[in-house]
Amino acid sequence: MQFVWAFVVGGGICVLGQLMFDVLRLTPAHTMSTLVVLGAIADALGWYEPLIEFAGAGATVPITSFGNALVHGALTELQNTGPIGVITGMFKVTSAGISAAIIFSFLAALVVRPKG
Amino acid sequence: MATNTAGRGKFKPLSMSSKEYKTFAKQREPARSVFANCVRAFVTGGLICVLGQAIQNGYMSWLKLSATQAANPTVATLIFISVLLTCLGVYDRLAQWAGAGSAVPVTGFANSMCSAALEHRAEGLVLGVGGNMFKLAGSVIVYGTVAAFVIGLIHVIFGIRGH
Repeated sequence: MQFVWAFVVGGGICVLGQLMFDVLRLTPAHTMSTLVVLGAIADALGWYEPLIEFAGAGATVPITSFGNALVHGALTELQNTGPIGVITGMFKVTSAGISAAIIFSFLAALVVRPKG
Repeated sequence: MATNTAGRGKFKPLSMSSKEYKTFAKQREPARSVFANCVRAFVTGGLICVLGQAIQNGYMSWLKLSATQAANPTVATLIFISVLLTCLGVYDRLAQWAGAGSAVPVTGFANSMCSAALEHRAEGLVLGVGGNMFKLAGSVIVYGTVAAFVIGLIHVIFGIRGH
């Protein structure tokens, strides 16, 4: 059942992105930025955590979860260390994704010749 | 040039008004079915998330992690797969078909970084790879960070307690 909800919710967020491509005629960069901001707002309203509980990877794999993780890190540190935590905590949760993407992409650029 | 001025008044001007051009371009544009695109995006995006769920479950039972602890290694694994497929040229072919279905998941984020790094490799490791890696992915990070900062600021100003 977990897989079904991951499929439905993850697919649904991608459909939202596709509609922004096709109907609103946004560029991919505009679409992704909007989705990240939507994810951030959803977490601020307290909606994203229940969605992760419900859909698992369906909510953590789409890019909206990046916005959620940024807000989550900032607010957790805000509670633990006060106002400066907004700055220091922001990338705490989401560093795995960014670090992995930088490191793997760099290694790829070292060894691979581009195709196509 | 001379014949052109001589013929003025007889012929229609060669350049179209922007309104004419818009209708003309719309006729020539390949018909894209929004519905078919959405189905493709739904299926591809859904399958990538199912793959993520499978990896996450694997980490949870294999390394005895909780769901939140397993989320980070899962994302890193998906990014690794995405970079691998980008290097093989498979991911970009998938993206042609899937549209937002392969762009919205975190694998699309990694794909944009990896393909920018590969594309600009010829310009050098520092200026090319280092300088261009975030060319597309940068907007996501900037707007995510700014949004999170504004939300954090609102919480500070109104004294709302964090999560």
